[in-house]
Amino acid sequence: MSARGTTARDAVLGAVRAALADAEPAPTVPRAYRRAGERPSGDVDGLLDLLVDRLEDYRGTVVRCAPGDVRVAVAAQLEGAGSVVTPTGLPGEWSSAPGDVGVEVRVDDDAAPLSHAELDSTGAVLTACRVAVAETGTIVLDGGPDQGRRAITLLPDRHVCVVRADQVVAGVPEAVAVLAEHPGRPLTWVSGPSATSDIELVRVEGVHGPRDLRVVVVGAG
Amino acid sequence: MRIAVFATCLVDGLFPQAAVATVRLLERLGHDVVVPRGQACCGQVHVNSGYPREAAPVVRNHVRTFWPVVEGEWDAVVAPSGSCVGSTRHQQARVARQVGDEGLARAATAVAERTYELSELLVDVLGVTDVGAWFPHTVTYHPTCHALRMLRVGDRPERLLRAVAGLELVDLPDADQCCGFGGTFALKNADTSTAMVADKADCVVATGADVVTAGDWSCLMNIDGALSRRGAPVRAAHLAEILASTRDDPWRPPGSAPGRRGRAGTGRPGRPGGRSAARTGGPR
Amino acid sequence: MTTTHLGMPTVRPKPEREPEDPLRWGPTFAEAAHGTLQDAQLRTNLRRATRTIRDKRLAVTAELPDWEALRDAGAATKADVMARLPELLEQLEASVTARGGTVHWARDAAEANRVVTDLVRAAGATEVVKVKSMATQEIGLNEHLEAHGVTAHETDLAELIVQLAGDRPSHILVPAIHRNRDEIREVFASRMADAPPDLTNDPRALAMAARAHLRELFLRADVAVSGANLAVAETGTVAVVESEGNGRMCLTLPRVLITVMGIEKVLPSFTDLEVFLQLLPRSSTGERMNPYTTMWSGVTPGDGPQEFHLVLLDNGRTRALADDVGRQALHCIRCSACLNVCPVYERTGGHAYGSVYPGPIGAILTPQLLGVGSPGSPDSPGTAPDPHDPAATLPFASTLCGACYDACPVRIDIPTALVHLRERALHPVDGDGRAVGRPTATGLAMRVAALVLSSGRRLGAVSSLVGLAGRVLRGRRLRHLPFPGSRWTLGRDAPPLPTTTFRAWARRRGERS
Repeated sequence: MSARGTTARDAVLGAVRAALADAEPAPTVPRAYRRAGERPSGDVDGLLDLLVDRLEDYRGTVVRCAPGDVRVAVAAQLEGAGSVVTPTGLPGEWSSAPGDVGVEVRVDDDAAPLSHAELDSTGAVLTACRVAVAETGTIVLDGGPDQGRRAITLLPDRHVCVVRADQVVAGVPEAVAVLAEHPGRPLTWVSGPSATSDIELVRVEGVHGPRDLRVVVVGAG
Repeated sequence: MRIAVFATCLVDGLFPQAAVATVRLLERLGHDVVVPRGQACCGQVHVNSGYPREAAPVVRNHVRTFWPVVEGEWDAVVAPSGSCVGSTRHQQARVARQVGDEGLARAATAVAERTYELSELLVDVLGVTDVGAWFPHTVTYHPTCHALRMLRVGDRPERLLRAVAGLELVDLPDADQCCGFGGTFALKNADTSTAMVADKADCVVATGADVVTAGDWSCLMNIDGALSRRGAPVRAAHLAEILASTRDDPWRPPGSAPGRRGRAGTGRPGRPGGRSAARTGGPR
Repeated sequence: MTTTHLGMPTVRPKPEREPEDPLRWGPTFAEAAHGTLQDAQLRTNLRRATRTIRDKRLAVTAELPDWEALRDAGAATKADVMARLPELLEQLEASVTARGGTVHWARDAAEANRVVTDLVRAAGATEVVKVKSMATQEIGLNEHLEAHGVTAHETDLAELIVQLAGDRPSHILVPAIHRNRDEIREVFASRMADAPPDLTNDPRALAMAARAHLRELFLRADVAVSGANLAVAETGTVAVVESEGNGRMCLTLPRVLITVMGIEKVLPSFTDLEVFLQLLPRSSTGERMNPYTTMWSGVTPGDGPQEFHLVLLDNGRTRALADDVGRQALHCIRCSACLNVCPVYERTGGHAYGSVYPGPIGAILTPQLLGVGSPGSPDSPGTAPDPHDPAATLPFASTLCGACYDACPVRIDIPTALVHLRERALHPVDGDGRAVGRPTATGLAMRVAALVLSSGRRLGAVSSLVGLAGRVLRGRRLRHLPFPGSRWTLGRDAPPLPTTTFRAWARRRGERS
C-alpha cells in the first residue's frame, strides 16, 4: 500500500505539501460581519426579550423572574419531577428549591459520581449556564461547577437551566469570545429541546436529549 | 450610440427573429446598429461540454470580430442572450489562459466589459425602460439561470415588460427554477432534462398566459418544445421580439398565417430593406 | 402486530447489490436517473422535503444583515486553511495530543478502517454506537467492522432508518429524505424488533419508537465512533453539530471515543467558530441554531470519554487539493444546501449519483476523491476515459444553473468546478501531463464544430443549410429527430426552422460589418 518505512503521517503530510507546491498564498480573511461587541446591544430587557422569543420558537419553556424570585421560579419548574440531579456548585438559594416542592435532590459529586443508570432514572437536572446567545436562542454549558459534567444534563428528561441577565450576549461571536477564556472545557450548545426533522422534515421535539427544556431567565433586577 | 449586435450562433441559424428584433428595436430607439460579419460563437458550447481547449479558436474569432468596440469604433456590443454574454464575461479569458494566450485573455476581458445582455443595455446603458412597444398579450416571463445568477439582471426584463403597452405580465410559479436545458445536458441526461422542462411547462400553462418569454432562445427553445409537444396554446417569444413589437409592426407568432409582412418566426425574418425603413418599422 | 392499512406502501426493495465502493457504485448517472425518475413516490417525497428546507433556509439567512459578509469570511477561511494545511494539521495534532487525545493518520479508506477496527478491538468491544458521519460512510466503516465481528449501530434517526431498511443514504444531512412516513413506519414495524405493535405513521410516534430502541444501547455502549464537523488547530477542539441528542449520547457516555475526520475539516483558531456556527446551521437545517453542538478537546478527567482517538483521513483529498480549480470542493462544510436547491437532485434523488456524496457537491467531490482523469493514482493510473465509470459521468449531471453556487455558505463555485471536471473526465493525462487514450468521436466532432464556429463565413455556410431545410418544412415542427436529436425529441418538438439566417438578412439589407 505504501513505500516501506513511510508512516501514514509522513505520507499524508507529504502529499498535502506536494499538492500545494504551486498553490496561491493564503488570503487574508475579511471580517466584515458583526464581530464581538458590534451588535447593537440595546437595553438588557430587549436582549432578554429576544432570547425568550428565540427559545420559545424552539418550543422550549421559558419563565422570567426577578433576582429575588429564583428559588420560587425554579421550584415551580421542578414540580412533579420526583427527583433532580444537581452539580456541586449551585448557588445556595436555588439548591433549596427542589425541597420546596418535594423533589428529591441527588448531588453529582466528582468524588462519587452518579452512574448512568442513576442519571437515567432521575426526573430532572438543574444547572446554571456559562453564556446564552439571544439572537439564536442558545444556552452554552462549559462544565463549570454550577453546570457539572456533560452526562448529568443529558440523561434526565427535564433540564431546568437558570440564565442570569449578565450571562446573555447578543450574538454568536460574543459567546465565542466568552468561551475562549477556557477553550479546553467540554462545551454543550443547547438551542431548545432535542429535535429531529428526519421524517419528511417535520420537526419533532424531544428525541434522545432532554425532551423538556425549561429556562428560567433572571432579570437584571 | 453605435451598437454592434452579437446574434449568437443559435439565434443566427435557428431563431433569426430575435436578432432581427434586436436590430429593429435599437434602430427605433435611434441608434446605429452594426452586424459584424465575422461573428460566430462565444465558445460556451465547447467549454461546457468539457472541451475548453477546442474553444480557443472560437474565442479568438469572437474577440477579433468585436475588437472594434474596444478601439471605440462602436460604443457597445449587445447580445440577445444572457448565457452567451455570461460566457464572454466568465469563460473566455479562462479559455485563453488555459492555452497560454495571455494577450487574448486580456483582449477578451476588454471586449466582455463592453458587451451587454439586451435588458442590461437598455436599462443600464441606454437608460430606457419604456421602449414604446405594443404587445397585446398576456405574458409570463422565465428568468433564465445565467441571466438571473451569472449576470444578475434582476428585474430589468420585468421592468421593460411592464412598460409595454397592452401587455399583461403574469407571474410564473417557481420562476427561478431551471428549465432543464443546460446545453448538452438536454442530450446527455435527456430523462432528467425532460422531467425538468415538463415541470416548467406545467408552470407556464398554469399562468394562463398566451406567451412565454425569456432573454435566451436556448431555454425558450426547450420550454417551447415541451409546450408544443403537449399541444399547449402558449407561444414563445424572445424578450427582444416583444420589445420590438409595435402597433405598426406587431409581433406575429411563429406558424401564424403568412401575412403581409414575413416574420422571422415563420422562417422569413423580413425582407431586406433600407436602414431608415427598418429604423421606423415602416413599410418595406 | 396485526395492524394493516389499506394502501400501505411496502418497503421498496433493497438495491440489488451492496456497493463495492461507497464512492462509486451503480451505473452511470444518466442510467441511474432513468430508473429513479420513474419513482413517483420518490419524486413527491423529495419535492416536498427539499422545498420545505429551502424556504426555511431562505428565511433564516435573510434575517441576518451580515449573511453575505459571513459567507465571505467562511470562503476565505477555507481558502486559508487549504493554503496552510500542513502546518494546521501538525498544530491540531499537537493540541489534541497535549490534551490527552491520540492522533492517527490514514492515507486511504482501508488504512482508516484498519486503525478504527484495531482501536475497537483493543477496547475489547464487539459493538459500537455511531454518530452520523460522512467520513465513516465514505470509507465503508460499518461494513468493515461487520466483517471483523463488530456491530455498528447507527443512532441518527435517518441513518437508523437507512440501516434497518438495508438502504443507502440519499442525502448528506437527511439520509432518508427519499422515504415518507408510511415507508418509515413499515421499515420500523418489520425490521425493529422492539417496535410498538400499534406504531402509527406519525413522525412523533416514529421518533419515540427510535428513542426507546436506542436508549438501552446508549447506556451500555463502551465505544463510540463519530465524525467531526470541524476541529480547531489552535485548541484541539473538535465539534459535532447535531439535533437529536444521539450525538451527545455517543460523545458523552461511552468510555472510548474514536473520531474519523477528513483532513480538510481543520480550522485555524477558536474564533473561527463564530463564523462557522452561524453558517452551518442556517444553511443546513434552516435553523438559527441546531439543537445541540458538542465540543471537546482531548480528554476531560471525569467528564465524557476517558480515551479519545482522532483519525485524520486523506482518502483522495490530497488528489483534490492538487487541482487548483477543483480544490475548492474541499471547502465544503457538508451543509447540503446545494442538494436542497438543485433541480437535478430534486428530480433524480441522491441514489442516482452512485456515491455517498450526492448532489452538486458530490458531483465535484466524488470524481476528485477517486482521481477521475488524474494521473498516477493507484486505482486509475492515467486511464482512458471510461464512459461507464459512474463517477466520470457526475460532472455532467448538472444544467449549470448556478443555484448551488448561490446557496453555498462558503461560496464554492460549483458550476466552474463542474465544467473544469468535465474536461478532466474527458481528457485524462498521464503523470507528465500528456494526454492518454485515443480521441473519441465526440472529441472529433468538437474539433469540427470549433472549425465551423470560429469563422463567420463557415458558420454562415452551415447555417444556410438550416434555411434550406426550413424552406422544405415550411414552419412544420419535427416530432422525431435522428440520434442524438432523438434525445431532444423525447419530450419536446424541434423548433420550426427559419428559411434564412440572421446574417443573410443583415447582409441583404446592406449592413456594413
